[in-house]
Amino acid sequence: MRRAGLWIGVVLVAVVILAALVSLVWTPYDPLQIQPAQTLQPASWRHLLGTDGFGIDILSRLLVGARTTVYVGVVAVSLAALGGVPLGVLAGMRGGWVSEIVLRVSDILYAFPALLLAILLAAAVGASTGTAMVAIGIASIPAFARVARAATLIVMTQDYILAARASGTSRWIVSVRHVLPNIAAVLGVQASVSFGIAILAEAALSYLGLATPPPTPTWGRMLHDAQTYIFTSPIQALWPGLAIALSVLGLNLLGDGLRDHLDPRLREAA
Amino acid sequence: MNLGRTVAVRLLVFAASLFVASIAIFLVVNALPGDVATAILGFGADPASIAELRARLGLDRPLLVRYFSWVGGMISGDMGRSYLTNESVTALVAPRIGVTAWLVVISMLIAPLVALPLGMLAAMKRRTWQGAAASTVSQIGLSIPAFYAGILLVIVFAVGLHWLPANGYTDLVDASGRWRPVAFLQHLVLPVTSLVIVQASVLTRYVRSAFVEVLSEDYFRTARAVGWTRWRALWRHGVRNAAISVVTVIGLQLATLLVGAIVVEQVFRLPGLGTALLSAVANRDLIVVQGIVMVLVFAVLVINLLTDLSYLLIDPRLRGRDAR
Repeated sequence: MRRAGLWIGVVLVAVVILAALVSLVWTPYDPLQIQPAQTLQPASWRHLLGTDGFGIDILSRLLVGARTTVYVGVVAVSLAALGGVPLGVLAGMRGGWVSEIVLRVSDILYAFPALLLAILLAAAVGASTGTAMVAIGIASIPAFARVARAATLIVMTQDYILAARASGTSRWIVSVRHVLPNIAAVLGVQASVSFGIAILAEAALSYLGLATPPPTPTWGRMLHDAQTYIFTSPIQALWPGLAIALSVLGLNLLGDGLRDHLDPRLREAA
Repeated sequence: MNLGRTVAVRLLVFAASLFVASIAIFLVVNALPGDVATAILGFGADPASIAELRARLGLDRPLLVRYFSWVGGMISGDMGRSYLTNESVTALVAPRIGVTAWLVVISMLIAPLVALPLGMLAAMKRRTWQGAAASTVSQIGLSIPAFYAGILLVIVFAVGLHWLPANGYTDLVDASGRWRPVAFLQHLVLPVTSLVIVQASVLTRYVRSAFVEVLSEDYFRTARAVGWTRWRALWRHGVRNAAISVVTVIGLQLATLLVGAIVVEQVFRLPGLGTALLSAVANRDLIVVQGIVMVLVFAVLVINLLTDLSYLLIDPRLRGRDAR
């Protein structure tokens, strides 16, 4: 049962990444070219998912949207990991006031969800893919810091750390050579979960017009545009939302599956 | 350490967080490149009128002076005046808080009512199809953005069945003082449901793991051994012990709920804080943006504080300790 979850997750995530890659070289139709004669076509062999209010093939826009989603997700999660992991490892290794400061700062960051950060940035410098990625990335730092700290605390109780420290290895070397490799798996699980959260955040931001500006297709903006035609052509709104939900589902299942795989004792509780 | 000291420490941390947050908001909005006066007048405006506008809005003062005059005003309830309309920001924000608050509070009350039974079922029957079904439902709910849930609900219940309005808002008491409870609820059913779907799904997962943990505890086995039924033992011992982690999650989730409400307001065109905030962003009305963001962050921090303090009520063991 749980195994099945992991594999469904792997397949869903693979499909999204594949869609993003395929869109780089091929889409059924031009995802930007407005076709006034083709607006709001139902699904057919020519347009598998129909066309939108601009007459653009929805499948083509979904494929290109996957690219934006993956791009924003990867950059945001990398930013979060680069910011959060060193802080968490530092807090876990040093403890005391260092740990206290890291925890307090991440508490304050928790009060700034990605949406509020993105709104502040959009108000100050204008909304763009960049502000969305930075906002989502910063908002995800506390999660990485906390997970890294908790995992580091466990690793620090191990004998090999004691042995390394006793033989005179510096803290810096210990953290890179011994701590990081041993917490990498846990961080991988966190990355998967954070990626899912990033996709949800990006979708919300682009739905609100606070991320990648038009004409670049994003799933959130497609939903926003589809809402205009909700009374005449409601089916349009189905596809971009389904793409978002299935990507997030895939990443969550992948994260859960990896966690169970790492720690069989957690299988019951998770 | 006694209870009084624990509470005092929490309050101090709250005040410090509020202070740091206000600085962060102010700096992001005011210190990043981009000049308000230029944005209002357009890039073609002559330097003299830009300087004149900057002086009128008080933007020519040093950053530190502007920060303290903003914070000082906020403390006394004066959030400044809109750069564009010269309207009082407090007057703009105050009536909208109610809309967002209704949305958040009602969703927060309903979500546990759905999640508790579902999560307990998922824990108790975790080896059968019922448990698996409950877990699957919450996994799917977790993957759907609240605004997509909202759009789907509109398609089914407003466009398809014509049961409920697709968007809009009616005050509980209208301008002439008449009570309008039915219209009020009709407009809130779909927005609240879209938020509850997401909240209840998150909560169900935590309820489930909290109860799975309880099921393996010695006190639970003892209760079973003396002849209590599973449900009775779970109810008498499980709920209080599981409550701590569930309350934490409800607390942490309130921030997410608040953000979700901002987005859902747009789906249903509700005149709440989110709508005011987004139109201020579109107009680059920075004083309104920083005011509303501060109000929202304040709300999140208060919620965090209350969550922290509520542990003390639920778990007497924590009363003497400061550490989390």
